[in-house]
Amino acid sequence: MTAQTRRLPDGGRIDRGRELTFTVDNVEYAGHPGDTVASALLANGRMEVGSSIYLGRPRGIVAAGAEEPNALLQVGGECSEPMVPATVRALVDGLGARTLSGLGHLDPASDPEQYDKRFVHTDVLVIGAGPAGLAAATAAATGGARVILLDEQAELGGSLLASGEERVDGRPALEWVADVTARLEAFHAVTLLARTTAFGSYDDNYVLAVERRTDHLDEPLTHLSRQRLWHIRAGQVVIATGAHERPLVFAGNDRPGVMLADAVRTYLNRYAVSVGDRVVVATTNDSAYHLVGDLLAAGVDVPVVLDARPVLSERAAETAVSHGVPVRPRAVVVATHGDPRVSAVEISEIDDGGQLVGGRDTVDCDTLAVSGGWSPVVHLHSQRQGKLTWNAGIAGFVPDGVVRNQLVVGSAAGEFDLDATLAAATDAGFEAAGRQGYPADVAASRGVGGWCGPVRPVWLVPGLDGEPGEWREHFVDQQRDQTVADVWRATGTGMRNVEHVKRYTSIGTGQDQGRTSGVVATGVIAAALAGSGAAPDIGEIGVASYRAPYTPVPFATIAGRERGDLFDPTRTTPVHGWHVDHGAEFEVVGQWLRPWYYPQQGESMDDAVRRECRAARTGVAMMDVTTLGKIEVRGRDAGEFLNRIYTNAFKKLAVGSARYGVMCRPDGMMFDDGVNLRLSEDRYFLTTSTGGAAGVLDWLEEWSQTEWPDLDVVFTSVTEQWTTVAVVGPRSREVVSRVAPDLDVSGEAFPFMAFRETTLASGLPARVCRISFSGELAFEINASGWYGRALWEDVYAAGHDLGITPYGTETMHVLRAEKGYPIAGQDTDGTVTPQDLGMGWVVSKTKDFVGKRSYSRADTARGDRKHLVGVLPVDGSTRLPEGTQLVAPGSPSAPTDGPVPMLGHVTSSYQSEALGRPFGLALVKSGRERFGEVLLAPIGDRLVEVEVTSPVLYDPEGTKRDG
Amino acid sequence: MLLLTCPWCGPRDETEYHYGGQAHVPYPEDPAALSDEEWAQYLFYRDNPEGPYAERWSHSLGCRRWFNVVRDTATYEVLAVYTGASPDSQVPGTPTPGHPGGPR
Repeated sequence: MTAQTRRLPDGGRIDRGRELTFTVDNVEYAGHPGDTVASALLANGRMEVGSSIYLGRPRGIVAAGAEEPNALLQVGGECSEPMVPATVRALVDGLGARTLSGLGHLDPASDPEQYDKRFVHTDVLVIGAGPAGLAAATAAATGGARVILLDEQAELGGSLLASGEERVDGRPALEWVADVTARLEAFHAVTLLARTTAFGSYDDNYVLAVERRTDHLDEPLTHLSRQRLWHIRAGQVVIATGAHERPLVFAGNDRPGVMLADAVRTYLNRYAVSVGDRVVVATTNDSAYHLVGDLLAAGVDVPVVLDARPVLSERAAETAVSHGVPVRPRAVVVATHGDPRVSAVEISEIDDGGQLVGGRDTVDCDTLAVSGGWSPVVHLHSQRQGKLTWNAGIAGFVPDGVVRNQLVVGSAAGEFDLDATLAAATDAGFEAAGRQGYPADVAASRGVGGWCGPVRPVWLVPGLDGEPGEWREHFVDQQRDQTVADVWRATGTGMRNVEHVKRYTSIGTGQDQGRTSGVVATGVIAAALAGSGAAPDIGEIGVASYRAPYTPVPFATIAGRERGDLFDPTRTTPVHGWHVDHGAEFEVVGQWLRPWYYPQQGESMDDAVRRECRAARTGVAMMDVTTLGKIEVRGRDAGEFLNRIYTNAFKKLAVGSARYGVMCRPDGMMFDDGVNLRLSEDRYFLTTSTGGAAGVLDWLEEWSQTEWPDLDVVFTSVTEQWTTVAVVGPRSREVVSRVAPDLDVSGEAFPFMAFRETTLASGLPARVCRISFSGELAFEINASGWYGRALWEDVYAAGHDLGITPYGTETMHVLRAEKGYPIAGQDTDGTVTPQDLGMGWVVSKTKDFVGKRSYSRADTARGDRKHLVGVLPVDGSTRLPEGTQLVAPGSPSAPTDGPVPMLGHVTSSYQSEALGRPFGLALVKSGRERFGEVLLAPIGDRLVEVEVTSPVLYDPEGTKRDG
Repeated sequence: MLLLTCPWCGPRDETEYHYGGQAHVPYPEDPAALSDEEWAQYLFYRDNPEGPYAERWSHSLGCRRWFNVVRDTATYEVLAVYTGASPDSQVPGTPTPGHPGGPR
């Protein structure tokens, strides 16, 4: 194990009382609670991480937070996690990880952890708990508003966690953070969430945040979910997300040891890690001078500070004087040397036009700390279409106005001065709480710190030779290995739009989504276009759109508990247990689990379906049809209403009778069908397809409420109130007569499309219908769902000696398709009229109904529409895959002929036991004029001949219906 | 996610609602009297403004009732929620009152 040689003897927000061991790339290291993996690696003297994704260049840790481009890990575990920045992952004892070269792998193992969700409302949501967020939250909470304050880091404090000389209210800033945190904790209406990242901001202040609950625990508490997805609806949102420091673009700027200045300071002050012994600082603004003082105080050598600005600011001059550090104005790094870690940098002067002038010096160092200015973290503002504008004073994009019911404060708004930030954030907290009805007013805290000063944006430090198009070691996006040369290539093709350049180069598309490279890329694009006519300025170029998520969120977190059995509700009928006991295979239909077929010992699916079909056609069979949608329609105008909805008439349907009905959209296209009963003058009982039940109920409600509110009619879903058993086959009458001895089931007393109320032998009240979806003599027995299984078992027992055979949906499909009965949604797709299906008889010529007008439109009236037909493979053996296209023989099919004209496609296809051959249903252009014609069905490399026939292939005369 | 205020149930998440397209497009009184073009206008043509837009919503996972919303399609701000033929306070760009029946 290596030792923590870079750890300072004291200081930092780590628990030195405990030592943790962990491995990266199979090397064992030590660290302390409070470390991130990155800070612990640096404490052990390890700077280098995985090499770069495309160029294989050595790379080091650059940042200390979510903006890190290089230090990506695959963190081990039962289900390992890819692309985790070492700079954000809390160190725990025994952690094992390996470094990645820009690509992780998704572990195929099932993730054993729990993930959950919370849905909350709050008056004020404050995002970010740095000085701005803490001040805003405190102000908002004072008046009694409900406040949620969240922050992605392990503890509250934001930038102040890395502070040194900064002070608030006359004390060290971190003492203020502790006080304010304690005060916030005392408000019962305040929720504080550390390790929580707000990653998505949506309409009407709906914010999603992910809370990491267990990754920082050595021994995960098994009762805790690993991550929690917070769905937060906030009255007001205060965005206090801070700013990210930008790197500088010069030759060799990706060498390990080149780090962001504020990251060097964070490791120094927060983690008590001195990343190097000799640190050159290169800056374009005042913020890096915090670091200079802290480094010197820690005994680290700072040989020189390079300040790109032509004149030293007050702050820079003061540092030079008080610390005796040479500060060179107009100075930039033009090259780095090292193997691979930086061991020296070459320095040059840069003139006001950005050109190198004068000679070069070489300075030995082991670390180069750079600050290219700051980019406000405006992602969440921007996700809500908040506008941005270029602020030349800070050289960054800042919010231009605010999104409704949102406020942006602190460095996210471009305010870097600590005192001004505390004042503005306090005001924002009052404003937000006041808008919610919780006014308050207390004095803002006073702060000293947070200098940024005038910034000289240096987007591109020229190379020592060659043209920009050849500068392949000036990195713009380290994670994507994209350089100035790549940007030049993009602009050279004529691209000027930052979105185009982003997609062409892939800059900003990595795991870090361009947090450090985005604005830099804009600057480089501006430099590339500077020579062209009408060159846009940087504000005009803008930045690529920010989209959720702000940082990656595991799919497991988004899924939460909605996995496995809880992924989607499952509906089962009261008979379900019997089906399971009898070995049924199931299929899911509109969330229902329906028996598909009931294989017996050694039977294949085909065997089982053949047996079930045989029973229904030659003996007796039974099916659980409980899942069909059932809707009661009641009211004085129920008949009139249904007359307007269905294509055929229901107003004059006799009580005690049933009628098949079809409903269409206004465009005339069939949408659902079913058999409807008239229970009494003002009461109908509709059935719908299993999958269409909810949609039909919605449809009825819509027309009733929005078009015909004057009609007296109401709708009630009764699908689950009834269990329905279909008894099918030539011997079904015998079975029903045994189950319902009081019922006269003779053909004369109980004709087709009639229904009867009766009491079954079991004493169960029941409604028995003579309905057939198979063409055979058939009954449907409805009884209360509470007794559904008893009903089923009674029917099964009554038919036992007749060999009654339960069958599933597959057999049902075969039986109905043999009769040419279409299924809405399988044989139709929203472009099919009843006439197309050969069901013109169901379309009333006399009354008006929804869709009728469309049948006289030119498109619906034309003769060459696709018709439902039967298709028989000529070879008598090929089962056509559903969806197979049908083409005319002799169709030109060479690639040069263009698309082959399609005549239609197969919508249903089965093996028919009754016909002894495979068959199908198809929608074919002018199909009814093609009976007897042979078409071709391309299946793989084969062309199969199919004969077009009538869709009614079994018992076309209808002789079986009455037994 | 939009926060829509159901006239009967109060403010609820968008996921409780079902969208119903443009409001105030009534089913023609006598479709047979319309020309093909007029019928096609009813079937297929809807406005697509950038700005205030009167549209129908149904509180399908709540009270199941239909109502109208004027929503700015650019900012997604809800400007009015109403059940009759027009919002009480007229919003620029909304259709004139006229359909006496339901919210459609």
